[in-house]
Amino acid sequence: MFAYLAKRVIQAVAVMFVISLIAFAIQGNLGDPLRELVGQSVSEEVRQQLRDEMGLNDSFVTQYLRFAGNALQGDLGTSYFFKEPALDVILKKLPATLELVFGATLIIVGFSVPLGVYTAIKPDSILSRIIMGLSIIGISIPVFLTAILMIFVFSVEYGWFPSYGRGDTVHVWGYWETNFATADGWLHIILPSIALASIMLPLFVRLIRAEMMEVLQSEYVKYAKAKGINPWRIYFVHALKNTLLPVITVGGVQIGTMVAYTILTETVFQWPGMGFMFLEAVNRVDTPLIVAYLIVVGFIFVVTNTIVDLIYGLVNPTVNIARMGA
Amino acid sequence: MSLLSVRDLTVKFAMRDQTVTALNGISFDLAKGERLGIVGESGAGKSITGFSLMNLLSRPGYIDTGKILFEGEDVVQMNDKRLRNLRGNRMAMIFQDPMVTLNPVLTIGQQMIETLMAHRKLSHEEARQIAIVKLREVYIPSPEERLEQYPHELSGGMRQRIIIAIALLLDPQLIIADEPTTALDVTIQADIMELMLELCQSNQVGLILITHDLGVVSQMTERTLVMYAGRIIEAGRTREIINDPQHPYTQGLINALPQQTVPGQRLKQIPGNMPGLASIPEGCAFNPRCKYATDLCRSRIPEIVHYGEVEVACHEVQRLNSDEDRQEARA
Repeated sequence: MFAYLAKRVIQAVAVMFVISLIAFAIQGNLGDPLRELVGQSVSEEVRQQLRDEMGLNDSFVTQYLRFAGNALQGDLGTSYFFKEPALDVILKKLPATLELVFGATLIIVGFSVPLGVYTAIKPDSILSRIIMGLSIIGISIPVFLTAILMIFVFSVEYGWFPSYGRGDTVHVWGYWETNFATADGWLHIILPSIALASIMLPLFVRLIRAEMMEVLQSEYVKYAKAKGINPWRIYFVHALKNTLLPVITVGGVQIGTMVAYTILTETVFQWPGMGFMFLEAVNRVDTPLIVAYLIVVGFIFVVTNTIVDLIYGLVNPTVNIARMGA
Repeated sequence: MSLLSVRDLTVKFAMRDQTVTALNGISFDLAKGERLGIVGESGAGKSITGFSLMNLLSRPGYIDTGKILFEGEDVVQMNDKRLRNLRGNRMAMIFQDPMVTLNPVLTIGQQMIETLMAHRKLSHEEARQIAIVKLREVYIPSPEERLEQYPHELSGGMRQRIIIAIALLLDPQLIIADEPTTALDVTIQADIMELMLELCQSNQVGLILITHDLGVVSQMTERTLVMYAGRIIEAGRTREIINDPQHPYTQGLINALPQQTVPGQRLKQIPGNMPGLASIPEGCAFNPRCKYATDLCRSRIPEIVHYGEVEVACHEVQRLNSDEDRQEARA
């Protein structure tokens, strides 16, 4: 167990190193930070002096090492715009994004399993055909279009749901701002969650269906039938557990991808999360914030994937975590 | 009354562009506790016969006509609930490859206990105790520990023993074993066969052994059916069929055994291949490979008739048994 964990952590560190290197390399190519920091009236000599003081004239390696050293201590630079540590700015926006991803994940998990299983068991039924048809449409329409369509229909035409913002949020544990404590908060998170789920959900329905149909053809399912086992038990114990093994692997990666998709959803719904903040930061050429965002998202990716691998080991008896790592 | 009575069973497969007949008018009986072998090449319809008996054919295969009377009740007419009560309980099946038969994500215990609890009102603990007893019967060491293990932790031979134990869990009247040792090491094959023979005899369980191994059939069974292209072409007591085969195909099979050949000589194989289901020749399906074939063989399908000690479906069986041909066939 320990060896396996250690191996996973070393891998994660290596991935983070590469991410930080890329993020840092981007920083140097986003224009001259001095132009954002100082006015036009500052003379070239003062600029040079400032560059020296800020270490901008040091070699790439020196600059990177300084950046990485600071990053390890939790200092990802200071946002030019907010005049605050970039990490603090991001962490303030993090709960909004995570709650949005959580909402979308709930929708995906809640609907993909029953729909996927149903369409696998009854592939020829009319309802299955409708579900499969809709899933193609869902995959094909880009998130921002789905979001705008939903705002048009449900906010503008019917007025059922608010079209932007988080609504009434409640602070819990002093720091975390949640949507799930008030009715207004719930109303506000529903449309963005559906929009964010609109691509992943059909993808998962199709994935679960394909895996399940394959598992239903397997010898052990035939054997379970030959033992006289109840069909529901065959579907949900014998088949589904085997179906979910590959789904978990794909799912973990997709949760990370969803964090990235939030940029579109948050922008359309003016959702005050990390994605929206990132787009604003790009507009303002707030380089430290952009770099910090990339590193935080990379970190979330690495952490979710590591957790998913561990869960996979728990679900799949042929992967014995306790004995792995050799 | 016989335990199992199959009458005129016809199984078809509805393919995209045509419907092919996989089993054509199969009829046979099995007495209580009797052991029957079904032999033939791959594709002859042995396994389909086995699955049909449990009404377990999956699409596109289906039972077209015929009756399968098991303890007086027609399996073909049973509803889903009756079928579930039949399967695993009164009639059990042993599959070909133990490496893929057990569910990889469920423990041996779960897979045994669910079978018991699907058919009997038992507590989990009672079911567990029965499972342990049955594992002992198939000589599994430390059965309590095995129950907690997953299939991948056990060898192929061990897994097939467990599958035999599962087959015996509910004391069925009949076990259908579909090539139960094909996927195992030769050394383990004999052990498994011996175990099955012993358990069938001591528990008075009927056995239908589907195999292409004539040696196994002669050792394990009392009666044998020989199948070719979806039909029974010869049936009778195993001893008769092995020692004195009547049908040219059965003769060919037995002549092809390595024991029938002097070391260093080529094995005597039957020329050609069995026809595919979509292209079964007119008349006797075996006629293109048969050196005795006549015009009659090429135009009319032979009926299965009593001939001496066995039943055989061959137009030329009389001529074949006239002395000179007999010598030739034996050569």
